Amino acid sequence: MTADLLFYIFSTFTLACALAMVVHRNAVNAALCFLLALVGVAGLFVLLEAYLLAVLLIFVYAGAVVALFLFIVMLLDVKGGRRSNFTKSTLVAGTGAAALLAVGLLSLHTHGRITATLPAGPGVGASLKGYAYQLFTTYLLPVQIVGFMLLIAMLGVIVLSKRHAGMEDVK
Amino acid sequence: MNIGLNDYLFLSALLFALGFFGVLLRKNTLVIYMCLELMLVATTLALVAFSRYNGTMDGNVFVFFILTVAAAEVAVGLAIIVALFRRRLTVQVDELNALRN
Repeated sequence: MTADLLFYIFSTFTLACALAMVVHRNAVNAALCFLLALVGVAGLFVLLEAYLLAVLLIFVYAGAVVALFLFIVMLLDVKGGRRSNFTKSTLVAGTGAAALLAVGLLSLHTHGRITATLPAGPGVGASLKGYAYQLFTTYLLPVQIVGFMLLIAMLGVIVLSKRHAGMEDVK
Repeated sequence: MNIGLNDYLFLSALLFALGFFGVLLRKNTLVIYMCLELMLVATTLALVAFSRYNGTMDGNVFVFFILTVAAAEVAVGLAIIVALFRRRLTVQVDELNALRN
């Protein structure tokens, strides 16, 4: 089955890139690993027949968000930072979270009652028409709210990056 | 063995866990922010998989909104980080302790 093989290839690629992003000391390399992980996730979206979302993920995340991250990392010129020193609370939180995750994954695999069979026919996410219909009927109000939120975010960013009187920068 | 919904959920949980441990372990605010984005992408993967296996459109539309909100969130968050850097000249979380005590 080529689809299964592709799933394994994309998932190992994504996981390896995400792991490299988490452990890399250099922030620029972490951003580039994040970019590769996003490409892997976009491949998985294509396997799930959500073609529009795969393209959007590449455009919005890989194109805009990662570029913004790289821009800020280079602008601030920060060093990667020291190796993190484990505090006791971090260790406890990490162990607890890992245990919870292990229990959750185990229960998913043993008691998973979700039907794992694909519905017949092509996926509903494959057609552009479906998105347009949903966005302009059921989700019309959220679309308007999200548009307004983008406007507010733009104004907020402009206000945040202005130099205010009385707030001197550190020289 | 056929790839099913469980495998996608498993992968999504693993990606989410990687992002979570990144948030816990890293000290650089920018990298922490990237790990937060990784967690968001992991949840979108789960939503798309649910949508595909249920044969409904709603998960895909939710991912649409998540992408929009994430883009706005990244812009605002990075502006905050830049403003913070201009005031304090650092983005390491253990040096940003002005509100402690």
